[in-house]
Amino acid sequence: MTDPILEVRNLSTHFFTDDGEVKAVRGVSFSVAPGETLGIVGESGCGKSVTAMSVLGLVQRPGKVVSGEIMFRGHDLLKLTREELRNIRGRDIAMIFQDPLSSLNPVLRVGYQIDEAMYAHDKIASNAVERRGIDLLKQVRVSDAERRIKDFPHQFSGGMRQRAMIAMGLSNKPDLLIADEPTTALDVTVQAQILELLRDLNEQTGAAIILITHNLGVVAGLCKRVLVMYAGEIVEEGTVEQIFESPQHPYTWSLLRSVPRIDANRGHRLLSIEGLPPDLIDLPQGCKFNPRCPFRVERCFTESPPIEQVAPAQHAACWVTMERAYAEMGAGTITDTSPGAASGVHPAGRSLPPAEVPAAIAEPVSD
Amino acid sequence: MTDTIVAPAPKVLPSVEPILRVVNVVKHFGAGVGSSVKAVDGVSFDVLPGETVGLVGESGCGKSTLGRLITQLIPVTSGEVYLNGVDITKLRGEKLRQQRKQLQMIFQDPYASLDPRMTVGDIIAEPLVNFKMIRGRAKDARVQELLRTVGLNPYFNNRYPHEFSGGQRQRIGIARALALNPKLIICDEPVSALDVSIQAQIINLLEDLQREFELTYLFIAHDLSVVRHISNRVMVMYLGKICEVAPSEDLYTSQEHPYTRALLSSIPVPDPRIESRRRLVELSGEIPSPLNPPSGCRFHTRCPIAQVPGVCADVEPPLELKGEGHLAACHFSEQVRTKIAVTN
Repeated sequence: MTDPILEVRNLSTHFFTDDGEVKAVRGVSFSVAPGETLGIVGESGCGKSVTAMSVLGLVQRPGKVVSGEIMFRGHDLLKLTREELRNIRGRDIAMIFQDPLSSLNPVLRVGYQIDEAMYAHDKIASNAVERRGIDLLKQVRVSDAERRIKDFPHQFSGGMRQRAMIAMGLSNKPDLLIADEPTTALDVTVQAQILELLRDLNEQTGAAIILITHNLGVVAGLCKRVLVMYAGEIVEEGTVEQIFESPQHPYTWSLLRSVPRIDANRGHRLLSIEGLPPDLIDLPQGCKFNPRCPFRVERCFTESPPIEQVAPAQHAACWVTMERAYAEMGAGTITDTSPGAASGVHPAGRSLPPAEVPAAIAEPVSD
Repeated sequence: MTDTIVAPAPKVLPSVEPILRVVNVVKHFGAGVGSSVKAVDGVSFDVLPGETVGLVGESGCGKSTLGRLITQLIPVTSGEVYLNGVDITKLRGEKLRQQRKQLQMIFQDPYASLDPRMTVGDIIAEPLVNFKMIRGRAKDARVQELLRTVGLNPYFNNRYPHEFSGGQRQRIGIARALALNPKLIICDEPVSALDVSIQAQIINLLEDLQREFELTYLFIAHDLSVVRHISNRVMVMYLGKICEVAPSEDLYTSQEHPYTRALLSSIPVPDPRIESRRRLVELSGEIPSPLNPPSGCRFHTRCPIAQVPGVCADVEPPLELKGEGHLAACHFSEQVRTKIAVTN
């Protein structure tokens, strides 16, 4: 194993709001190897974007990184001065954002904005920058790059704007590219082209990519390794095959079964995840997924499970894990996904309000 | 417009009167002197009672405009929309209002489609009040019944929309759509604003309600996986026209239009093994402007098998039957599966 280029250790980022302390990211640790493609998946509010923002020192008040280390090439990014961090950000680590329209300045030409990223970091001749700008646009497959580089962002389509953003990110040959929902605002045919572009760039330039997305299909196509986040924590980590073929955390497992697949036979019912993600100000005791988990056991209500190895290269934070859920709780044939449905654990006083509980489980099961 | 072909009824329901029949509907939005955006340009199809018809396409293809034309939220430029045999494009005022009772809509954005200053109870009761159907205690009881039907606590009727999450708000929108016992519900991107785990809850709810109340859905969305999951038949739209109509079972395995094939090839599957074999059908260029759509087949500028110059650029292909319940508008539909590879 080569040394990782990025190693995040025990990162916690909280937002100090008038309503209370929003614990957006809690104790997150992961690493990225050179040239690797890592996916971070989860739903809105799970902390995936805040994690990325924390790495780049972009978390703004009332948010604050409250603990942890972010090691990049042996330096802790959290200990750098603003000036030192600015030298790394945009040069060694670049970021691509979700909405390419609001990330581009509407009154400046696209070419100028790409060049700007290079001027900010290197003292190079302006004609060299211009040529590189055109090369970059060609590299991200914008046709007629010589002419289009003089266009304003509104003259670009959504897909081309995202290509321009990627060109900007690549301009200083970064070692790590963080792409935060880069295709969410785009149509599927354009999304597929952008993903293919990212895949090719990863192969050609050797830049590692962290892809942040809620779309499981996007991760399956681009990433070699996957982190699954829920309510501010990493709940599972593994190779892309492990995560999709033998997920061990009930959240990962449920998420995969709750999305309709284009290649699936019709007629089957989606296994939905009941309830809502928890309030990050007032988190539940024990495992954060326990209020929605069909496989919860008594221990899940009181003790938070640590993330532990479940297979070579695969880690999950669960007291039960799907292996046991299959063996003991009939996870393979489950149709009722209400909390505790498979394990039969519905402690009194912890059930949902009456209207939300299907008749079948309205009565708490006494032990 | 030449293509007045109407999508045929599926085999299981022979000679049933369609609940909705759309005939040659056109909507052109004026865009300055002498030009217009051809948002919907000659669309015809039938929806039968009890079925779910999906309508997919990328942004700007006209799918939402079509939904709004069917509900008569905007007037058609030409064409007819028959709701249970009555052409509602010819109706105005009270007559239209009475017909529209049978037709409800669920909107995309659960934040924008609920009035923040009304209580949930008032929002759900509004259609009932509009049609003076019910008052007082009976109204409250009906609201509570509707809340329960969509899986919400019936005692939430005095709360305001901001107290609810996105998924719960969409349930409120669904309860409102159910209030008048409609036969047909137009769902315009009902789950695309929701998180993955919440999407499944709403899709399952829509399926349960359909069974319980014998509803008919026209399900408009950009996500083909979702559309195919919920629909019996899927219509694919490109640049203001329907280019393919297929039973959902057939759609993934056999496509008769190159655009559908390209669309399918670009949908990521949550399975790394399938993903590694998948090959993207590259479409050249961007979607042309609906101000000035291409001649002949509208897809010919991007089509991997188009014969240009030739028939594709000159002659508009009619939407015609290619197989059992399967229509497509392509001159070379027999080449779609042999000439366009989607796996490595």
